[in-house]
Amino acid sequence: MTEKIITKKEVEYVAKLAKLEFNEREKEEFTSQLNSILDYFKKLNKLDTERVEPTAYVISMPNLLNEDEVKPSLPQEEVLSNSKYVKKGYFKVPKIM
Amino acid sequence: MTLNQLTAHEAINLIKKKRITAYEIMQDIFNQIDKVDNLIKAFLVINREEALIQAKEIDKKVKNGEKLPPLAGVAVAIKDIIATRGTETTCGSKILKGFIPPYNATVINRLREAGAIIIGKTNMDEFAMGSSTENSAFGPTYNPWDLERVPGGSSGGSTAAVAADETFVALGTDTGGSIRQPASLCGMVGLKPTYGRVSRYGLVAYASSLDQIGPITKDVTDCALVMKVISGHDNMDSTSVNLEVPDYLKSCQEGIKDLKIGVPKEYFIEGIDPEVKGALDKALKIFEKLGAKIEEASLPHTEYSLPTYYLIATAEASSNLARYDGVQYGYRAEEYEDLSSMYQKTRSEGFGSEVKRRIMLGTYALSSGYYDAYYLKAQKVRTLIKEDFDKVFSKYDILITPTSPTPAFKLNEKVSDPLTMYLSDIFTIPINLAGIPAISINCGYSKSNLPIGLQIIGKHFSEETILRAAFNFEQNNSVEKKKPSIKPVKHKGAKK
Repeated sequence: MTEKIITKKEVEYVAKLAKLEFNEREKEEFTSQLNSILDYFKKLNKLDTERVEPTAYVISMPNLLNEDEVKPSLPQEEVLSNSKYVKKGYFKVPKIM
Repeated sequence: MTLNQLTAHEAINLIKKKRITAYEIMQDIFNQIDKVDNLIKAFLVINREEALIQAKEIDKKVKNGEKLPPLAGVAVAIKDIIATRGTETTCGSKILKGFIPPYNATVINRLREAGAIIIGKTNMDEFAMGSSTENSAFGPTYNPWDLERVPGGSSGGSTAAVAADETFVALGTDTGGSIRQPASLCGMVGLKPTYGRVSRYGLVAYASSLDQIGPITKDVTDCALVMKVISGHDNMDSTSVNLEVPDYLKSCQEGIKDLKIGVPKEYFIEGIDPEVKGALDKALKIFEKLGAKIEEASLPHTEYSLPTYYLIATAEASSNLARYDGVQYGYRAEEYEDLSSMYQKTRSEGFGSEVKRRIMLGTYALSSGYYDAYYLKAQKVRTLIKEDFDKVFSKYDILITPTSPTPAFKLNEKVSDPLTMYLSDIFTIPINLAGIPAISINCGYSKSNLPIGLQIIGKHFSEETILRAAFNFEQNNSVEKKKPSIKPVKHKGAKK
């Protein structure tokens, strides 16, 4: 039986970070599945990457910027049209404070 | 034969010569959809009226003797992860059900300017996470070659629609193989461009450093035609590259004498179906006959690709999917205590389990204390994998491998073990990590009449070369040209 890499408590913590919630059964299932997956990932440790640069972007291109000019954007009604929780040009959400 | 069974280039030609009208073609397309889509379930949304109107407009242009744009009258189906203004775009997820984008993706505008007719949106694994289209919140899509099997994923709907002659051409997306693997399982042509070749503006992001949009077509000529239209720099996508788009169609037609082909030995491993190996061996002989030089090559870090991909892609996904919080669009939970609980319930009720699994994995890999061990490590291994390809491409023009280790598998066969499902992308994933282009084309059928795909890989921005190799193989192989039967399955008392 493989040593547990991630515990149920850690799963609960990660879920909180990701703004997800699970019932007990799902937590057990995720803990078990994530453990198998992370165990499989252990093989990356066989590689010596001490002097290797990480790759974040595969093409060697400089950072491109557009001119800072104001161009027409979307009309407000269109932006608001995908929510039914709208009032006076705002999106309504539960009280924050 | 009905008009929907043609290829796009055949249809374009007949419209130009006034032998058929775009309207007649569109009628046959919709007749086919009406006839078979209740069995295949490739489509989520169909834009019938709008499509017929656009077809009539093309016919008017023909009548007036106007010059026709390059894809005039061509029916195109769009994977539901690409934004289409005014048409629902769900990404195969409950969390975006009812979402209507207020803008078109750049590729949609380019297709429309080229005269193509968007006929609908296709089914997919939720947020492009999957290899079978079984992760769609709206039910699976079925493989036209055997309705008990998967079409592959995540672009299963797009691919099945092309294979079943419900459309001429479709757009899919590919982050770890999601164009090429379904193309292989459905016997179609599927191309993943070089990262940055095609604009991602309007593509709902899964893993931003890996995602690419690409064509799924019936033959290589159609693929070249669509690539010419959708490729090119876009100011709205800062990762799109400012390189001229070649005339892919023209360069296809040149021969492949003296083309140097590498066959990476690490791709011919245990677990590959012997029929797949057999088809590949036969195919390589055709390339040799056409004058290419074939040699064994090596990509030593191949076995590390899968964990590298699943760390990078899930980490990027956990960030990209953080925006789905119910505030501005999409699903919002009905019952919650406060803002935080609204986010939690919205996301937990709106996302499917594979999406949640990947968000969890990605969040964990990026979290404090684990970032170096997982995400940073994976980025460094990504460099090693990319360098493997740089080395082989200094010696070879292209590489050839199988696309998928097996032909199409049965529905429900791999759903219970995520890791088993992940292994179906083992040959396609390294290509995304390196950002290089690759195409899958049919190279044979198994004894149970299931398509087998061959993958041709090139170096950055070498789409011309891989298309040329694919075209020459397509025109000179002895693979039987056939269509799937799309017959319903007789359930002998089996559970539905």
